[in-house]
Order: sequence, then structure tokens, then C-alpha cells
Amino acid sequence: MRKAENIITIGKVSKSFGDKLILDNVDLTVKKGEFVTFLGPSGCGKTTLLRIIAGFLKTDEGKIVISGNDMTEVPPHRRTVNTVFQKYALFPHLNVFNNIAFGLNLKKLPKEVIEEKVMKVLKMVGMTDYEERDVDSLSGGQQQRVAIARAIVNEPEVLLLDEPLAALDLKMRKDMQMEIKAMHKSLGITFVYVTHDQEEALTLSDTIVVMSEGRIQQIGTPTEIYNEPKNAFVADFIGESNILNGVMIQDSLVEFAGHRFECVDEGFAVNEPVDVVIRPEDIYIFEHSDAAHFTGQVTSSIFKGVHYEMMINTPEGFEFIIQDYHQFNVGETVGLRLKPFDIHVMKKERLYNTFEGTMVDKTHVRFLGASFECTENTDFAAGSEVNVEIDFNGVILQDNEEDGMLSGDVSFILYKGNHYHLTVLTDEDENIFVDTNDVWDDGDRVGITILPEAIRIVKP
Amino acid sequence: MKKQFLSFAGKRRNWSIPYILFLVFFVVTPLVLIFYYAFTNHSGGFTLDNFSKFWQQPEAMHTFVFSVGVAIITTFICLLLGYPAAYILSRMEIKRAKMLVLLFILPMWVNFLIRTLATVALFDFLKIPLGQGSLYFGMVYNFLPFMIYPIYNILQKTDYSLIEAAQDLGANPRQVFFKTVLPLSIPGISSGIMMVFMPVISTFAIAELLTINNIKLFGTTLQENIYNGMWNYGAALSLIMLLLIGLTSLLNTKGSASAAGEGGLI
Repeated sequence: MRKAENIITIGKVSKSFGDKLILDNVDLTVKKGEFVTFLGPSGCGKTTLLRIIAGFLKTDEGKIVISGNDMTEVPPHRRTVNTVFQKYALFPHLNVFNNIAFGLNLKKLPKEVIEEKVMKVLKMVGMTDYEERDVDSLSGGQQQRVAIARAIVNEPEVLLLDEPLAALDLKMRKDMQMEIKAMHKSLGITFVYVTHDQEEALTLSDTIVVMSEGRIQQIGTPTEIYNEPKNAFVADFIGESNILNGVMIQDSLVEFAGHRFECVDEGFAVNEPVDVVIRPEDIYIFEHSDAAHFTGQVTSSIFKGVHYEMMINTPEGFEFIIQDYHQFNVGETVGLRLKPFDIHVMKKERLYNTFEGTMVDKTHVRFLGASFECTENTDFAAGSEVNVEIDFNGVILQDNEEDGMLSGDVSFILYKGNHYHLTVLTDEDENIFVDTNDVWDDGDRVGITILPEAIRIVKP
Repeated sequence: MKKQFLSFAGKRRNWSIPYILFLVFFVVTPLVLIFYYAFTNHSGGFTLDNFSKFWQQPEAMHTFVFSVGVAIITTFICLLLGYPAAYILSRMEIKRAKMLVLLFILPMWVNFLIRTLATVALFDFLKIPLGQGSLYFGMVYNFLPFMIYPIYNILQKTDYSLIEAAQDLGANPRQVFFKTVLPLSIPGISSGIMMVFMPVISTFAIAELLTINNIKLFGTTLQENIYNGMWNYGAALSLIMLLLIGLTSLLNTKGSASAAGEGGLI
């Protein structure tokens, strides 16, 4: 049994580059001996967090404690962690042996000790007999092994790995995953691993930290993250899923896709809007019969090796993705059934957009750096501070950014079965959330228009 | 006829013909001529007198040794001034660094004779006597950019993650410099040394102008001999200088290769 003491404590860490907030008040503890993975799409702040632990970046706010010592202001060369870099960063002027011995030489260890240690790690990474080789003559996988050897030979308390397998091909990556996992077991030290590959995270980790837009979305074991995603982002990012808007009718009863289903979730308010997640392998699909909860028509069917992946349209106008070992042909009407346990109900993060604004006059309100027309409002005097609420479907996106009152970039797309829920980052660096039936791409530049009727003005 | 031409021009090998002709006429032929003149006397007979004259004439020998000394010292000063400059530039924001590199290179756009004459005028104006000091000043002033640029280039291209890797492995800032930055920049240093050392040995205008002919460098000796019609002796002296330059560049490539290979043993 390992002692469950914390080796890394990250306390309220924030970091910005220019005026872009990369890490927003991140709190995290890592237990000794754990394999922790920071998982998220590019730009979510995972690498920044790793570099802050390594000491290459300073925090703007917050504290880093490593094995009980405050390391916030300590430079990297005096931290008890070592890093495996994404592009290996092997010294081209040194051979394999001297690359690995670099840290030991700095510690001025006796020659025999260095040699013994280097040979030991070379054996461990399966690179015996390569010590005299030039690092440039090695393949990607071999360079990666040398990079790992160079880090672990220093016997760090924590090994930091920054997307170490990103540059390798699939087969090589799978092999290395197994080796890294075995290495973690035999070394018994803490591994902090950064990746954008959810499968890799699920395979390797004891604990996964899912990150998005500088914030931690969920911390949990791989099974927790997969089976009990905390919000729509996590559900969408980890594996495939059907994510739909629903309403919690009462405890253990939820309505979505035009039907009511028994579920196991409780503790929501009556008629509370929720997000519902169903994994594609959890929907039972069969020839239409009385056992069906609802029906649908197959619109596409693709063989994926082990299973078939089928798209089903229901008469109520919702689309489901389903994985099953049995194939159903395109055009066929099928019966569908859900077990209560397989329906994951999640609290909605927000029900509408909220912005801080000021009244300009009776029919105009200023927010997001622009003045918008609104329905006549006499409750608030001109110049008073107000909150502005806008429903997701009250925002209209336009191809031509000049047509909008604001412009922004589509930064996240979530398919909700019958519509898309988009996150648009405006030029003011604020997120505006939009429901739409139109198809947009990630990164699309859009004009944003808000209808006067959609703007609700409330007390701040 | 046209077809023949097309097939001739179509062979990629034939494209090199103009360059080969150029090399033959402007590199090989002059070298052969230098050899020929160096080993012959006025009437064209074979002789080694030109070389023995060099060994016997203490004045030419002295100038030669002195020139090499000037070149070594100039190169050393350029390296001492140029490396930190290149290092600072390479750590700067690219846009600002480019601007400053341009400022270092800018004097090169002025013809170097004009530049040197202007330096003479400046020294006169400041009432600083012309001599050894002004000679070194002129040399360093003229050749410093040739040292800075290759070093800056290589430092700027150095992968920053290598520096982070060294820090990560426990190197303090001094160790980071001596164990990674410096060994990684050796190719830049050696090309900088070549680009300063070689021209300094043969230059004569700077010495002539900045010391009012008081200090004679080997380049001047050469020029005087050629001017005075002593082609055979001049050719022999050129050949000696050529050998020396060839030797240094040979040592240089050898040195940088072994330094790159054995950097870890420092």
C-alpha cells in the first residue's frame, strides 16, 4: 500500500499570456505515486500547467507546492521534477550516453556511479548498446526512449511528460503506452502526463484531469470520467456520445427527444432543464417491436471493425448515434430502448447568456462593447448598471462578419441531436452561447446579431 | 539543328558548363599561374629562389608573423565583442533583434575605403594619433559584423527546449550557457573566425590608411612586390599566404567537428 500523501498541490493558479487568460484559478492535488493525465483540446492550458509545475513558467497568481515545499518562485534547476519534452529536446552535441549522464554530471557524481546508473536506465528503456550513438542517428521512438531515460536517471519525485508520444505513428504509440505504464509501475514515482488523446488518457491514467479553456472540467478515474461525465464538454470530449437537452419531470423521470424515460438521477428541481448523455453503445437497437421505447429510421450504417456505427432519425426529429454488433440497413425502421442506468443526467452549466451592461436609453442597452436595441424598458434609468440575459436561440450568426453587430470565432460545437449548441468567442474575449440549426465549423469567423425581443434586462 | 540544341540543353549535366568555364578561367587558371610564377625566375626557368628569399629576408618574414599576430588579436577581440552581442540579439524579440542586426550590418553598405577614410578623419578630428591602436580599431570596426552575424544566426536557430531541458536536468544559468548554448554555437563561432581571420591577414588598405603607412602588413608587402613588377616573388608570397589560410580553415573544420562530438567531455 502506498501512502496517499499529496506530492503536488496546485493552489488557485492563474496565468495569462498578454490579455489571454490561459489558466483560470486552477486547484489540483496529485497523490504520491499516481499517474495523472491532463487531458483537453489544444489551447486548454494543459501544457501551460505542466510547464508551471516544471518551473519554466511563473504563475501570475497562486502557489505550487511539491513534496511539502513551496516551489512557486524556485527556478527549474532546483526542482525535484524532470521533464520528457514533446520533441524530445535531446542535445545534438552529445551522444546517447552523455545525454543521459547530463544531469548526473552536473551533480558531480563519481564516474563509476554515473556509468552504472546510465547503463541501468538504458537497459530499462531497452536501449543497451546504443550509448555511443549520435542522437541524430536514432529513430523517433529511440529518441523518445533516450529522452525518458535522461529524465528518470535523475530519480525525480515527479516525472512530467509533455505529449511524449504525439510524434510517433499509431503502432509505435501503442507499444510505448504499454512501456510507459510498466515503467510507472516499476519506478513507483508520480507521473504527470499531458495529452489531447482521450484514448491514451483512458489507457494510461489512474486519474484524469479534463481541462477546457483554462479550467478543470472534471477530475476522476478513467471509468468515472467515461461513465459519469460531469458536463456536456467532458461527455463530448471523452468518447462518442449523444448529448440532448432534457427536462427533469420529477426524481427518476426525465423527458428528452419527445419521450419520457425512467432514470436513476434524483435531486433536481421539478421541470429543471438538464443535459442528457447517452453513450452510443448503451442504446438497444432491434427490429421494431412492442419492447421499443421509441422508434427511428436508419440513415447511415458503417462497419467499424468490431461494431457497426449507425445514425438513426426519430420521427420527433432527433438524431442518435448508435453502436451495435448487429447491422441494420439504411432505410429500415428500428425499435430503440434505454435502460435507466445508461441515461446520464447532468446539470446545465447555464440556461441562457448573461452579460453585464449599462442602459443607454429606454430602448438601448450597452454590453459586449456595443450598443444594442432592446424592447422599451422603463424600470432602469439611463446609465444604470444592469444584467442582460439572452436565450441561446435569440442570437443569430451570419456568414459575413460585417452584417453582425459584433464579430467572433466559433470555438466549440456541440451537437444536441436536433440542433447545434455553439460557443462563440467574441472579439471582446467573452463567450456567447448560441443554439442554431445551421452547420458551422470550428474556427469560423461569424457576425453576431441579437434580436431586440431576445434581450431581457434584469437587476444585477 | 534546333532539335540538337534542345537535346543538349535538356541534359541537366550540361547546365553546369557555364559554371565550369567560370571556375576554369577565374579560379583554376589564376591558381596555376600563381604556382607557375612562384616556382620560376624572370626568364621562366624553374627555381626555388623565391621561397628561400622569403626565409632569408627577415623583413618579409617579420611582416608575415606580425600580420598573423594582428589577425589573431583582431579575431579574438571580434569574438570577445561579437559573441555577447550575438547572444543578446538572439534572446531579443525577433522584430527588435532584426532592427538591431540591421544596424550592425548597416555600415557594410558603405564602401569600406570610404568608411576607413572617414575613420581616419574622425581620429584626426579627435586628435588621436594613428598607430597600432587605430589599426586594431579599424580592423575590429570593419570585421565585427562578420563575427556577429553567423553566431547570431546559429544562436537564434537554437531550439529553446534544449535550454529548458538543461535547466530541467539541474543546470544553473552558468552551466546552461557553458554546457549547451556555447557548444551548440560552435559552428557559428568557427565560421565567424574564418570570416574575420582570413580577410584580416590579406587586407592592406586599412593598415595603410589608419597608420599612414607606418605599420606594414603582409598584404602590403604582397601589393608592393606586384606593383614593382616582382611577380615571381609576389606569387611565392601569395602562395605562402594561401597555404596558411588553407591550413587554418582545415584546422577550423576539424576543430569544430571534434568539439561538436566531444562537447560532453568539457
